[in-house]
Amino acid sequence: MASITPHFPILCVVIPLFGALLCATIRNSRATWLLAVCSALCSFLCAVFLLMHANDRVVSYAIGGWQSPIGIEYRIDSFNAYVLCLISGIGCLSVLYAPSAISEVSSFNRPWFFSVMLLCMTGLMGMAATGDAFNLFVFMEIASLSSYVLIALGKQREALVAAYRYLIVGTMGATFYVIGIGFLYVSTGTLNIADLTVRIAPIKTTAPVLTGISFLIVGLSIKAAIFPLHAWLPNAYRFAPIPVSAFLSGTATKVALYILLRFIFSVLGVQFFLGTFGLYEVIVTFSLGAILFGSIVAIFQKNLRRMLAYSSIAQVGYITLGIALANENSLTGSLIYIVGHGLTKVGLFFVAGSLLARLGSDHIADLAGAGRRMPWTVGSFIFLSLNMLGIPGTIGFLGKWYIALAAAERGSWWLAVIIIMTSLLALIYMGRFIESAYFSSCSDEKIKSQANSIPWNMGLSLAILTGLCIWLGIDTAILTDKARAAALLLLGANL
Amino acid sequence: MTGNQVLLQLNYWLIIMIMMMGFYVVLAHSNMIKKLIGLGIFQTSVYFLYVVPGKIIGGTAPIIASGYQVYSNPLPHVLILTAIVVGVATLALGLALVTRINEAYGTIEENDLYRPDEWRQ
Repeated sequence: MASITPHFPILCVVIPLFGALLCATIRNSRATWLLAVCSALCSFLCAVFLLMHANDRVVSYAIGGWQSPIGIEYRIDSFNAYVLCLISGIGCLSVLYAPSAISEVSSFNRPWFFSVMLLCMTGLMGMAATGDAFNLFVFMEIASLSSYVLIALGKQREALVAAYRYLIVGTMGATFYVIGIGFLYVSTGTLNIADLTVRIAPIKTTAPVLTGISFLIVGLSIKAAIFPLHAWLPNAYRFAPIPVSAFLSGTATKVALYILLRFIFSVLGVQFFLGTFGLYEVIVTFSLGAILFGSIVAIFQKNLRRMLAYSSIAQVGYITLGIALANENSLTGSLIYIVGHGLTKVGLFFVAGSLLARLGSDHIADLAGAGRRMPWTVGSFIFLSLNMLGIPGTIGFLGKWYIALAAAERGSWWLAVIIIMTSLLALIYMGRFIESAYFSSCSDEKIKSQANSIPWNMGLSLAILTGLCIWLGIDTAILTDKARAAALLLLGANL
Repeated sequence: MTGNQVLLQLNYWLIIMIMMMGFYVVLAHSNMIKKLIGLGIFQTSVYFLYVVPGKIIGGTAPIIASGYQVYSNPLPHVLILTAIVVGVATLALGLALVTRINEAYGTIEENDLYRPDEWRQ
């Protein structure tokens, strides 16, 4: 055991990769599913181990024995160990949930589905683990290309168009990122992120560096679906198979936010970014725009999944607001929010998937009486909605509380008030579904005629997620400690 | 900026021109194949952007031998080999999607695809 632990940084990335290769060769739908769950679980355990041991030191892993900054380095600290756990955990649950929720994928294609799902996870894990800016681009494209394939598997033909549009916009975003890295490489002569931090310090205000940073930020903002660059997101989440919507909503945008945080805080330094670069007002404006636009559009949606997609845009707004405020509390809040919203939104998509599998629809109007037919499933929906609203005692509250606290510390009381007031908008759109599920008229025969139990794997993954949200909401110290350690790491790098 | 400076940086001006052409094609065309062509042009300009600064006039391949002091940087070429592979994969996937869209809708004009009643569901 002791001889294998130093290799965990690379193992948590390559286990899903080899899992994907094996899935592609086995070609048996049930066996590939088990294999996919196992490899995602192994990867998750590696990530948890890294998180437990990341507090005291930074783990650097030199790929192929080539030392950084010449070779590619995987660099695990308390911040990305936290992100790795989130990705692999959600990946594991999504794969566990998947088989009964992908009726649209033919049995011939199922082994490929799990294979591509694991590839997507490999890409996202690699993005979080690597300490090399160009290696990051390669992993970003692995994750993006596999997510285009996954989205295109959706049942309706609109899924193809949604995937195509995401391909065009996503490739633009990735190419912008490469242009940015190109400018930084020409100016500094290094691709290693830690080395870049040192070498960029004296030349931050030169034109090539500023151009590079601008390209980088726009590219990553597209990937993170930050308002107003969110246009690809609603259709992609609406028409993809449910496990894919769940997986991407919990991880893909969050990883892009992670990289954005890395570049803003570790590489550039917050003083430079918000002060010299003058982005404080811009980010605050766009965040508020995201929160208002996302929430208000979500209120008018007829489809449950599209409503959840717009709500994602709004929730990313809270995270970027925390980034803009840029002090210890706000970053802690943002990081809690990244995990909290990740888990919550995945759970909500799982509920939508269970309803779709059992009741055959995900339109809010068709789901009248769902609360009486599937009390446990809709019950967890209500709990997760409260989580998103930020009722005290939930993770959502914890995240919003720290961000609001940070706003108050900065003297922006109005921002704190807006954070609380806009939560009420979430009450309206989540409330619309709950009203339909419990209080709409629905004949008793219809309720009795339908089977109300969901397959065990769906139930299990939903129960684990809901349980995790309850646990982290009550025992707040776990998440807060990890998030605060990561926030201090980000702020400490530029002191 | 004087004309002389523009001439000295002529390669960069050309690269930016190619880049903007590709970008414009992606934004302006409704035909999905043409959009992919634009995307390809846009990505190709980025390959140039990397490779051009790697070359030093009079520089040789980085092999240590007597009589050679100036070497060109090979790393950008290696990076761009990777990026080219990624670009090919993206293009292949994009074309595959367009084929499927053509089968499902009978058109590859994006403007003809949009049916508000279907999309807002």
